[in-house]
Amino acid sequence: MAIKKKTNKKVLKSAKKPALKVAAKKSALNKKVVAKKITKKAPAKISKSAPKPDVSIISSLIELIKNTSAVLPDDVQKVILEALEREEKNTTAEYAMNIIKANIELAKKKSQPLCQDTGTVLFYISHPVGFDQIKFTSLIHKAVVKSTELGYLRQNSVDSLTGENSGMNVGPGHPSIHYHQHNKKLVEIRLMLKGGGCENVGAQYSLPHTPLDAGRDLDGVRKVILDAVFRAQGRGCGPGVLGICIGADRGAGYIESKEQLLRRLDDTNSVPELAILEKEIVETSNKLGIGPMGFGGKTTLLGCKIGVLNRLPASFFVSISYMCWAYRRQGIELGEKNQIKKWLY
Amino acid sequence: MKKLNYPFTHEQVKDLKVGDMVLITGKLFTGRDAVHKRLHDGVKPPVDLTNQIIYHCGPVILQDKKTKVYKVTAAGPTTSIREEPYQADVMKDYGIVGVIGKGGMGPKTLKGCKDYGCVYFHAIGGAAQVLAEKIDSVDAVHWLDLGSPEAIWELSVTDFPVVVTMDAHGNSLHADVQASSEAALKKALE
Repeated sequence: MAIKKKTNKKVLKSAKKPALKVAAKKSALNKKVVAKKITKKAPAKISKSAPKPDVSIISSLIELIKNTSAVLPDDVQKVILEALEREEKNTTAEYAMNIIKANIELAKKKSQPLCQDTGTVLFYISHPVGFDQIKFTSLIHKAVVKSTELGYLRQNSVDSLTGENSGMNVGPGHPSIHYHQHNKKLVEIRLMLKGGGCENVGAQYSLPHTPLDAGRDLDGVRKVILDAVFRAQGRGCGPGVLGICIGADRGAGYIESKEQLLRRLDDTNSVPELAILEKEIVETSNKLGIGPMGFGGKTTLLGCKIGVLNRLPASFFVSISYMCWAYRRQGIELGEKNQIKKWLY
Repeated sequence: MKKLNYPFTHEQVKDLKVGDMVLITGKLFTGRDAVHKRLHDGVKPPVDLTNQIIYHCGPVILQDKKTKVYKVTAAGPTTSIREEPYQADVMKDYGIVGVIGKGGMGPKTLKGCKDYGCVYFHAIGGAAQVLAEKIDSVDAVHWLDLGSPEAIWELSVTDFPVVVTMDAHGNSLHADVQASSEAALKKALE
């Protein structure tokens, strides 16, 4: 698995630069002014007392969550507007796309969740060697709790045995955090909010798949993907985007299928045959006539992203994650002071 | 564009047909998985649901700490098919005139619509802000023990936009699209 478990207990960051004390951002909405002040230089080894929660990281994370929940990235907005143009006038499909468009604008204006299902909260963090994952996870938890209190996230985490809602979005498996170590010095945090409706229509096929006469080749892959689109109908809040993994074991396949959804919609797959397949899947799916919300119409898919991992000789899985039109993903690069240096989408 | 105004009646909804774009004004009661299960288990509803509409929705609701007033910040539909085992019985037992949700429902509910004079309205999934704007007030909450998204929220709405996808005459847009897309899929897989 790509996730590295290695952690470094030492807080390397504090050794690199003066310790910062940043006053808590009480409300990301408007109430309190963010007061940033450098108090004093802390000696490099203050590890005896537990490191204080890094409020700067927390406020950057809250800002990321708020933005992800309220504003669709440009590449997604673009394909939605194209889909609206494509639909015939005075149809239920056009009606649906118009409401979707109005909703995108309104959510942005009000800085409120686009969709009430703020979904599985999926973090993908690329970090340098020596990064303290344990500490960072606890900061993410704090940011998620605060964002839930502020209404950027719905109370969405339920104990699977008791049915009890923690009300905080923190619990076993929640939020879902994926760490990747990289050779760069910077920390990049990507976030995806994936609703339950679209998660429920995801599918995993094992090839060969006899009912569809789908063999262990790209044609077989194509067949099962189109079958998944058909089976989803409008239930995944289409028009949607597919993230797909060919290969791997069942678990890694689904993880990779979601990571494919971190790609920009306008990128081109570096594997030529997959680039062709991605395009063809979208075109053919749109000919199925399922349309927005399954009302019938010209746009069933907005995009398709396919990745490949090695498999066992005995296995050939195709794992498909369906993302709804409310394709909430954003990312940030943290700056020197853990502020948001750059938005990634 | 058609209008459906409160108080709702079975006669009114029987006039609606698949494909009708409708603006609903009046009262809605949210109810999703836990509510349907509880109603189906025979627990008496906390409010009279006769001639009412149930909205499959788990809203994001904030309560003003001082005034205690509830405010809906997001309120789109949730997937309806999960209520398929219960919906027709809830129609029969509690006299509702319709449900609002997304994704459509199956043959059992379609038969329920026909037998009990009900309609399935499809709201636009994910359009939580546009739909929340149509909610004028939160008038009451019941069964809050189920958790905020699962509770019954009593909402007053104006011009709430929906599409009739299953009517009281046995027609289902979902069944039609399923059939036509299946034929198209067969062709694509040839």
